[in-house]
Amino acid sequence: MKIVIIGNSAAAVGCIEGIRLADKAADILVITNEPYHTYSRPLISYLLAGKTDLERMKYRPDTFYTDNNVNVMYATSVTAIDAKTQTVHWQKENVNGSVPYDKLLIATGSVPFVPPMAGLETVAKQTTFMSLDDAKFLQENVSADTRVFIIGAGLIGLKCAEGLSEITKDITVCDLAPQILPSILDKDASSLMQKVLEKNGVKLLLGDTADKFEGNTATMKSGKVVDFDVLVLAVGVRSNVTLAKDAGAEVNRGIVTDEFARTNLVNVYAAGDCAESFDISANVKRVLALLPNAYAQGRTAGLHIAGITNKPYDNAIPMNAIGFWGTHILSAGSYSGDVTIDTDGETYYRLTAIENGKLVGYIRIGDIRRAGIYTDLIKSQTPLENLNINVATTAPGLAAFSKQARIAKLGGVER
Amino acid sequence: MKRIFVNEDWCLGCHLCEYHCANANLGGVTARDMVRNLKGKDIVPRIQVEDGEDGIHFAVSCRHCYEPQCVRACITGALTQEDGVIRFNTEKCVGCYTCVLNCPYGCIMPSDPNEGQGHVVQKCELCLSNKTGEPACVAHCPNKAIVLEERD
Repeated sequence: MKIVIIGNSAAAVGCIEGIRLADKAADILVITNEPYHTYSRPLISYLLAGKTDLERMKYRPDTFYTDNNVNVMYATSVTAIDAKTQTVHWQKENVNGSVPYDKLLIATGSVPFVPPMAGLETVAKQTTFMSLDDAKFLQENVSADTRVFIIGAGLIGLKCAEGLSEITKDITVCDLAPQILPSILDKDASSLMQKVLEKNGVKLLLGDTADKFEGNTATMKSGKVVDFDVLVLAVGVRSNVTLAKDAGAEVNRGIVTDEFARTNLVNVYAAGDCAESFDISANVKRVLALLPNAYAQGRTAGLHIAGITNKPYDNAIPMNAIGFWGTHILSAGSYSGDVTIDTDGETYYRLTAIENGKLVGYIRIGDIRRAGIYTDLIKSQTPLENLNINVATTAPGLAAFSKQARIAKLGGVER
Repeated sequence: MKRIFVNEDWCLGCHLCEYHCANANLGGVTARDMVRNLKGKDIVPRIQVEDGEDGIHFAVSCRHCYEPQCVRACITGALTQEDGVIRFNTEKCVGCYTCVLNCPYGCIMPSDPNEGQGHVVQKCELCLSNKTGEPACVAHCPNKAIVLEERD
């Protein structure tokens, strides 16, 4: 069997590891448009901060491809997928070629979304912040006296700000939204984190964005003027679905997949940021653009490709672990139903969302210890009436469970 | 593979396992090393005793799951499954706590007693990375409530 994987990040690695659990013989080819060994994308901000390096940010050891008997075509773009003939067309520099597949995984990730902004082309030093090359560009172009202007106060923009703060102290971040981190935090949690950022010298312009650029000067919608040396575009990301769409795959915001990561095209799977998953905390299909999801969905595809048809990916939820200057945020699920908030506005924040007698979401800022016990309550959709605690007010622990449930959890071996 | 299990009916809630765990993972070999390693410090054991209501006590440490969610979720590749044991690599870990978010047992924790500051994580490795030769919590449990057994 010939398996082709387009992409070389978490979903691709998950797929390879899934395949090799059951099939040591299949021929696996990875095609990646980057020239690098698989690396962890979320680590690019840690690279800027000097908290990791090119060696340590490798997502798997140097021997990964040889250990798993995988061929890799680096710096190669896939130009088209022909689902009828089961062929992938590629281009490397000026050479074109094609390769047939029996099974195909599309793991093309996401691409930065850059809204049209007047005069953007006049900005000499600008980058998005998604890839190792973006981080290398910033390492080369940012020094102690560089003024950095970041458009977008989401996860990507703010991790970029934190990473760069180890290099320069002159960082301004703007966002059209009136709060930071709108994708994972409610307004109150966001104001708490805003204080953390401002205490660490990040200048925030919220509810405002760049209207036009003239060289190194941005004029904001509010009329404010921001002078900068380097511009980072971190407005958002979109699923990279072009190849799939052109090949005839059904696409909403991401590629539509079933619980085994299959697309509507025969023998074509999709996983990771380019694909949708079924979010059981909100009962909706959506793109869950986060690394653990990419790995899990890729692994599901790999297992299915290798003939293991009883391992669906059926407990996906949005979740995020992120920290800024030592203040950590863990969040999971959806913030719907009865929402309880407990906070001192400074050091800790606990949001708990309960719907139909089940935990559907939480945010924990500050003390994040053992929060995974609550993540599991969301994933397993455990009725809270079975627990002898109030999850909104009690620190996570296994004492919450009945003795019988606890003995089952701790006395056996989790398969 | 042998794993650590606790019999909560026998657990006295003495928390001695926590001290022996912390000692072992700070380089201690015998109980005599405890003074040097632990005196005056906030300890962060990898096994944690929960004291529930109605006099219930039980110790919890990594289950070494067959299908470890922490390993699958790890964004750096710092967590790995080697011969069934979930190991961690402090060099690769950046302290993002995605594993803390994912462990259903609450068995991976920041290694800094005051947590935060982006400190790397730690977890039970069945004392394979220290000098004790056997899990210290099992060896020193006064009531034999913690055992190392094959239950597959």
